Amino acid sequence: MSKSIRVPIHSDKDIVSARQEGRSVALKLGFSETDSTLIATAISELARNIVTYARHGEIRIRNLSNSSRQGIQVIAKDSGPGISNLRLALQDGYSTSGSLGLGLPGVRRLVDEFTIDSQAGEGTVVTIKKWKP
Amino acid sequence: MEVPVLKQGPFLIATVQAALTDDDLIQLRGAMIQRVVTSRSQGVIIDVTSMDVMDSFASRTLREIAQMIRLRGAETVIVGIQPEVAFAMVQLGISLEGVVTALDLEEGLAYLNHMVKGET
Repeated sequence: MSKSIRVPIHSDKDIVSARQEGRSVALKLGFSETDSTLIATAISELARNIVTYARHGEIRIRNLSNSSRQGIQVIAKDSGPGISNLRLALQDGYSTSGSLGLGLPGVRRLVDEFTIDSQAGEGTVVTIKKWKP
Repeated sequence: MEVPVLKQGPFLIATVQAALTDDDLIQLRGAMIQRVVTSRSQGVIIDVTSMDVMDSFASRTLREIAQMIRLRGAETVIVGIQPEVAFAMVQLGISLEGVVTALDLEEGLAYLNHMVKGET
């Protein structure tokens, strides 16, 4: 199972589809219910950021494996306005949309690895990884 | 997916039966406020046992529902948050501060009954 699953994100319904897909992949990989819920929650937040800030984008989910461990990778990608101040966006409590503003720092706490690549005007790519214990 | 709302005496019971989209949550918020007014309810239970994920939007909307209902003089109890969902909420850094939670429907009803009796 090394193929990646792509879920297009255009509306709030797609947020639910993406997180359900993520949970199902995580469970199949042998993640616990708790870890699968953490992954699903992270996907929910990332997908909502796409809908809220960029309107359209996609979530890609795939398994990871190397000689010593297995895991799951989720990439959230959009071609929206991008984030002009990444440092600020990664601070707890910061938001430009009047939301709670816990999105990205919260997501970072749910997973093992978190990287973000964003250019103002060019979109945002967030990659998260979680490894099986 | 609409959330069914049952009237039981002075209370309303809303039972979430599947994953909710943002629109579903907003619809639930509107429906609950309206039902509390038309039924003159003193308490509301929202059973979230079937909710797969409680992300920032869901918890914010539930908190708003509870706050709005409190302004009407009624109390809201959220019941059935699954252990793994609670774990994810804490990791994410979201809380249901100011909202009463209970283990399950039975505990929630016991809380509301106690509250109503205490008032009269």
